[in-house]
Amino acid sequence: MTLLISATTMGLILALLALGVYLSFRIFNFPDITADGSITLGAAVTATLLVHHFSPVMATVLGCGAGALAGMTTGILHTKFKINGLLSGILVMTALYSVNLHVMGRSNIPLLSESTLLSQMESIGSTWFHLDSELDIIGWTVGLRDASMLLGIFVLVVFLGAALYLFFQTNFGTAMRATGDNPQMIRALGVSVDFVIIVGLAVSNGLIALAGSLLAQYQGFADVQMGIGMVVWGLASVIIGEALVGSSRLSLLITGTIMGSVLFRLLVAIALRWGLNPNDLKFITATFVFISLIAPALLRKIKPVTTPSAPKA
Amino acid sequence: MLEICNLTQTFHPNTPNEVLALRDVSLRLEKGSFLIIIGTNGSGKSTLLNAVAGTFIPDSGGITLAGQQITRWPEHRRAKLIGRVFQNPFSGTAPNMSIAENLALATRRGQRRGLGWALNSTMRDSLRDRIRSLNMGLENRIDNPIGTLSGGQRQALTLLMASWLKPDLLLLDEHTAALDPKTADQVIRLTHEIVTRDNLTTLMVTHSMQQAVHLGNRIVMMHRGQILHDLQGGERRRVRPEDLLKRFDEVRRREQLDPNVAEMLQRNYV
Ligand SMILES: Nc1ncnc2c1ncn2[C@@H]1O[C@H](COP(=O)(O)OP(=O)(O)OP(=O)(O)O)[C@@H](O)[C@H]1O
Ligand SMILES: [Mg+2]
Repeated sequence: MTLLISATTMGLILALLALGVYLSFRIFNFPDITADGSITLGAAVTATLLVHHFSPVMATVLGCGAGALAGMTTGILHTKFKINGLLSGILVMTALYSVNLHVMGRSNIPLLSESTLLSQMESIGSTWFHLDSELDIIGWTVGLRDASMLLGIFVLVVFLGAALYLFFQTNFGTAMRATGDNPQMIRALGVSVDFVIIVGLAVSNGLIALAGSLLAQYQGFADVQMGIGMVVWGLASVIIGEALVGSSRLSLLITGTIMGSVLFRLLVAIALRWGLNPNDLKFITATFVFISLIAPALLRKIKPVTTPSAPKA
Repeated sequence: MLEICNLTQTFHPNTPNEVLALRDVSLRLEKGSFLIIIGTNGSGKSTLLNAVAGTFIPDSGGITLAGQQITRWPEHRRAKLIGRVFQNPFSGTAPNMSIAENLALATRRGQRRGLGWALNSTMRDSLRDRIRSLNMGLENRIDNPIGTLSGGQRQALTLLMASWLKPDLLLLDEHTAALDPKTADQVIRLTHEIVTRDNLTTLMVTHSMQQAVHLGNRIVMMHRGQILHDLQGGERRRVRPEDLLKRFDEVRRREQLDPNVAEMLQRNYV
């Protein structure tokens, strides 16, 4: 049970990563791989500030803000200096590796006794439930700590998912969607495509850094290597989500992305439990994304196109 | 209203692909006039419209619109003054967004876009009313993705979007060229309706002599990046499609002459 709960919590935290990836890859059609660096940046900034006794909320918000700055940088490289989108992301991601090392001062920061957002959730949980260590849910005993964190993260992710959805219904948000859908049209309607891309990448990487910040607080450490391959994980969640909802409605796609991330983590947890070598995880994820990218075209080739037969004379 | 002064544009200069797309083009357009631009393929019609819209910044020359020097303005800034319909029906709308969302985007052309709701019930009602006036039965489908509509329907909606906030200048670049004749007629009728109702200053490019003669109050014919003929007033009123076709033939004949002349010169002097 604890295994499932921790996998779900991880899935929810990484759902923020998936939402960020959804924003750049799907809304903008922009293959932004800054994510690998910005998720670590969020973790690094938050962990460093926590060690320096900043309040957890403050440390988390600043971690998220740092990610937004990284996203802005990628956006500026791409729009103002006309550097290819993929390359802009690679440049910023590479530079962030050094930045992260400088922020942390070493390659790993453990968060042992520091008060974190998640330890605060735990204490809120214990006052609400009037319990101190264990919870009894339909016969399952669940650690209070795990349940409170899961609930707290769940509320946060649902809130952010809803906020993202509502944002996409605003004047600016619809302009952002149109920028990805048809830049020529939205430019002719007076929107600076460059500006929207910069803001969009800031929002995307802010979400991703927030995932990193929460991840560090949940795992109890920040590590300079933790971002490797994260874009592909996020993309895998987005793809699972799209398959789950099978619709182009925005509300469903956002929900699906969150569910996709949780499902993905659960599958990973089960596979690891069954003896999957953790070292193979990234290879399998990459293969999964590869297959889902080529599957639609492949299916079309295999399935003969059915043409309506001509009416008989 | 619109003043184009000595506009010159060369694409790919100093390469084998060099194209002199606009050569010293000057044009003055009064407020409320409806100018039709005709000309052979590659004569620079689209380039002229793109220069006005700001798709590129010209090599030299100036553009003044509504009393403002817009020559160096970026495209999105000019959009405050200009409404556009493109030749390709896919260019003017965002396919994955709903009809209502597309139109709502156009209701704020050139204005600040903040965090207010893009669509509220008042907005939806006024959108539905305007869409109903198209008589295409689209008013019940305003939440469908616009990409599911036919080219003609999309072009009609793009026209509605471009003219929603009366633009100082309306640019139409062969906006019926991709449509079947019946739909094209429908869109042309709508164009006429909107332009006359709102008295819009309009630049329209077409290859249809019928459209050229039946719409607008002035015809300009371009050739090789220059304005060859400019028909206004009485001359414009008397012109028939055959007359325009005759002028095209003249151009073609002169074109055929040119290589021969070049050859002769080469034989004599080289
Ligand atoms: N962005 C560009 N880059 C390079 N060359 C261009 C560009 N835009 C136009 N040209 C060239 O400029 C010339 C004029 O093109 P333009 O599109 O203005 O012609 P047009 O009169 O609109 O023709 P058509 O009737 O075929 O639409 C052509 O030779 C074209 O190849
Ligand atoms: Mg053209």
